Amino acid sequence: MKFGVIVFPGSNCDHDCFHVIDKVLKQPVKYIWHKETKLKDFDCIIIPGGFSYGDYLRCGAIARFSPIMEEVIKFANAGGLVIGICNGFQVLLEAGLLPGAMLRNKNLHFICKFVELKVENTDTPFSSGYNKGQIVRIPIAHNEGNYYIDAAGLEKLQANNQIVFRYVDNPNGAVDDIAGIVNEKGNVLGMMPHPERASEDELTSKDGLVVWESILKGFSK
Amino acid sequence: MIKPEVYQALGLNDQEYGKIEQIMGREPSSTELAMFSVEWSEHCGYPRSRALIKNFPKDGKYPAMVGEDSGGIIVDDLAIIFKMESHNHPSQVEPKQGAATGVGGIIRDIFTAGARPIASLDSLRFGPLTDPYNRYLLKGVVDGIAFYGNCLGVPTVGGEIYFDESYSGNCLVNAMSIGVCHKDKLARAKAVGIGNPIMYVGSSTGRDGIGGCSVLASHEFSEGEEKRPTVQIGDPFTEKCLIEATLEMLDTGYVLGIKDMGAAGLTCSSAEMADAGEVGMEIDLDKVPLRETGMEAYEIMMSESQERMLVCVKKGKEKAVEDIFKKWDLHGVVIGHVTDDKKLRVKYQGKVVADINTEALAKAPIYHMPDEKPAYLDELQGFDFNSIPVPKDFNNVLLKLLASPTIASKAWVYEQYDHMVQVNTCVLPGSDAAVLRLKGRKIGLAATTDCNSRYCYLNPYVGAQIAVAEAARNLVCSGAEPAAVTDCLNFGNPEKPDRYYAFKNCVNGIIDACKFFGTPVVSGNVSFYNESPQGAINPTPSIGMIGILPDIDKRMTQSFKNEGDIIILLGENKNELGGSEYLKVIHDKVAGNSPALDLATEKALQKTVFEAIQAGLINSAHDCSEGGLAVALAECCFPGLGAQITCLPGSGEIRNDSLLFGESQTRVIVSCSPQNADKLEKLAKQNKVSFAKIGKVGGTKLMIEDLVDLPAQKAKQVWQSAID
Repeated sequence: MKFGVIVFPGSNCDHDCFHVIDKVLKQPVKYIWHKETKLKDFDCIIIPGGFSYGDYLRCGAIARFSPIMEEVIKFANAGGLVIGICNGFQVLLEAGLLPGAMLRNKNLHFICKFVELKVENTDTPFSSGYNKGQIVRIPIAHNEGNYYIDAAGLEKLQANNQIVFRYVDNPNGAVDDIAGIVNEKGNVLGMMPHPERASEDELTSKDGLVVWESILKGFSK
Repeated sequence: MIKPEVYQALGLNDQEYGKIEQIMGREPSSTELAMFSVEWSEHCGYPRSRALIKNFPKDGKYPAMVGEDSGGIIVDDLAIIFKMESHNHPSQVEPKQGAATGVGGIIRDIFTAGARPIASLDSLRFGPLTDPYNRYLLKGVVDGIAFYGNCLGVPTVGGEIYFDESYSGNCLVNAMSIGVCHKDKLARAKAVGIGNPIMYVGSSTGRDGIGGCSVLASHEFSEGEEKRPTVQIGDPFTEKCLIEATLEMLDTGYVLGIKDMGAAGLTCSSAEMADAGEVGMEIDLDKVPLRETGMEAYEIMMSESQERMLVCVKKGKEKAVEDIFKKWDLHGVVIGHVTDDKKLRVKYQGKVVADINTEALAKAPIYHMPDEKPAYLDELQGFDFNSIPVPKDFNNVLLKLLASPTIASKAWVYEQYDHMVQVNTCVLPGSDAAVLRLKGRKIGLAATTDCNSRYCYLNPYVGAQIAVAEAARNLVCSGAEPAAVTDCLNFGNPEKPDRYYAFKNCVNGIIDACKFFGTPVVSGNVSFYNESPQGAINPTPSIGMIGILPDIDKRMTQSFKNEGDIIILLGENKNELGGSEYLKVIHDKVAGNSPALDLATEKALQKTVFEAIQAGLINSAHDCSEGGLAVALAECCFPGLGAQITCLPGSGEIRNDSLLFGESQTRVIVSCSPQNADKLEKLAKQNKVSFAKIGKVGGTKLMIEDLVDLPAQKAKQVWQSAID
């Protein structure tokens, strides 16, 4: 299964995602520079965390206009698997691939710590390896992770079973404790917690590895 | 004629000006004068400290490299580069940008050496939080470190924060960064090869930070001064791009030398690169990318605009370098070339505005400063502790200490830092030292910063040795063997003999301790003039130390792990209260002598703990520091398991407050399974280290003889909520 990691100027979890796919999942993976205009021969696209363009404007608002994003949108619309983590989630929101927006954390600080998540939906290519209702330990690291969506939008997310992860103890004020959602078709995931930071024993939790394994297992079937 | 007011405003004194005229053989131009003023400033040229710090030991278990801008050690095929540097005065004036650019500057020193930065630590000192301005400083500094470090994707994995009155009016921000690369990929900071192009890469040059190193960093704060314009402004996004572009450029093999434009900007980088390569350099300021119009030559030469580098490139490879920087939307332009006359020649608008011998410029004069023992020392060291009443309610004392900001949990701080990016952080902040894996290797890396400045105030020589010993102890408790040191020496005005006495004795303490432990000092920084109208700061020689874990899987943490484990104290409890946090918090006194330190006993203790961890005998290890045994035991309990301490050595012989809260050195609390206790005892005996079974892990309470009886969670709550 071939993975691609998009690199914007300011991406800083690109190496971490690459490492996990390469060394832990042991699958082929390539970096994709944001100015590239072709997205050929990939089975899953990862939009990593970081501070694309410094987050000097709204997070992800400039990255969304990078040439490669046109291709990512096409890829997603054609049913390709796309996972956006942290800043990558913000980029997916700005690109309109996922509904909603991010506000600053309610305590107005950057928060980096392990949090507990409840797996709400195991019927996605990204979460099929979890048990429904399972509590997992995966870290967050963000300034703007306070997910917002209006009441109608939330109702739709809930009705379509698009909420994949919820915080057990909401750290940032996100609506309905939302930590991760998929699009209606279920092939695009955005999540604030970093599964790549919890994919190896040495990092005190392997709960995030299931995300990568789910993707691979679904593909191999 | 240049008037004294002019050179004095630049921070130069009459003798220095005289020397400049002598070197030049004429009156210097304004640009030349400005260049001397920054290059000879204490911050850049170390004129008042070089004579002493040149004696730091350079030998240890691993080959040490003392580079131009940073230093490191070689472990296997890996170069581990690290350095600590101060950004005190800028942070006191403008905490967010001061701290942010401190982080940016130290990280540039690491990747200019060719190493990818993998971790940062910050050693911070503030006045008491009861003063709103100190709270503002703490918040601003933490915000600045988070703002800059998080964006770069370099995890901030550790450090320390102390609060003491002496820092009101002059906070300390010491930033340390660590990087790694293959040993063959190290870059040098020198210009070589006559005719090779000199390139300016990175961000553009503006008027920010002019005189930062000379006017701001090399003088005391006086009443009512406005120094904000001398603080630089940081742009972490540009620095992130600069890291990637620089490492990409170094990978090409086209780079012969590279230097960060940090303190003293273009002046320092050009003069020192030329001097290091024993060549000359000609640069044309018309080629320098400027962000403001109408800048004078001296402003361009002195500007400390951030995120810029000077690079000596192989002739013919200019375009390749330019293209890499273009890709990252950064400047990459040729501004000059290497010459053979050992002169730094600066042109601007068609005229030569400076023409100086590089060696004379780069090598600041050395001053041997007079020193004199401060009057307070004998009086404080002779303090009679019988005048201090022993408290009755030790539960209350322990809770007060746990709520003291110096001891309390720093989670509010480190949770604002991304401490996990790069996926190497194996021991999260809050334990004795940060532990990082080196991907794909069995060995790991531990890092810590330490300095109890109250001990240094009471006994500069021993206090500095304790800083070294404690840093080493923290590494050992994490499963590492101490390997090498960087230091950041923060002191008052060196022109005052009593301040210089403290500096000299601290430096000697570090030299002797580092020689004894075999930990070379590979890099560092001196920060003088840390004084405000309230007086000088405590002498604060911050020690940054790194250690190597022979086996990352044997990393150790401080918390108790299993119900029923035996708790053991390695080391001796002594009747020592001098300089303790207890004395300050409960009795509002800073007095006595620092705790005693015997280097040989310390080494034996560390050897025992290290061997016990490698042999898999113990389940936790925690050193006793501020707040003594009682606070250390409480910290071991915080993740959830309690402890019953039934027999402390020294109980009944020494004062109960000394027993619980005294800060005797060379003590480590370990826990182990009952079946390993005898093996550990044997190991301790072999190494001639005091060994005592003091109690058992279990329950939910912390109980210490009949002195302390507290629910561990109550203690934890007090400890957790003190800073937020």
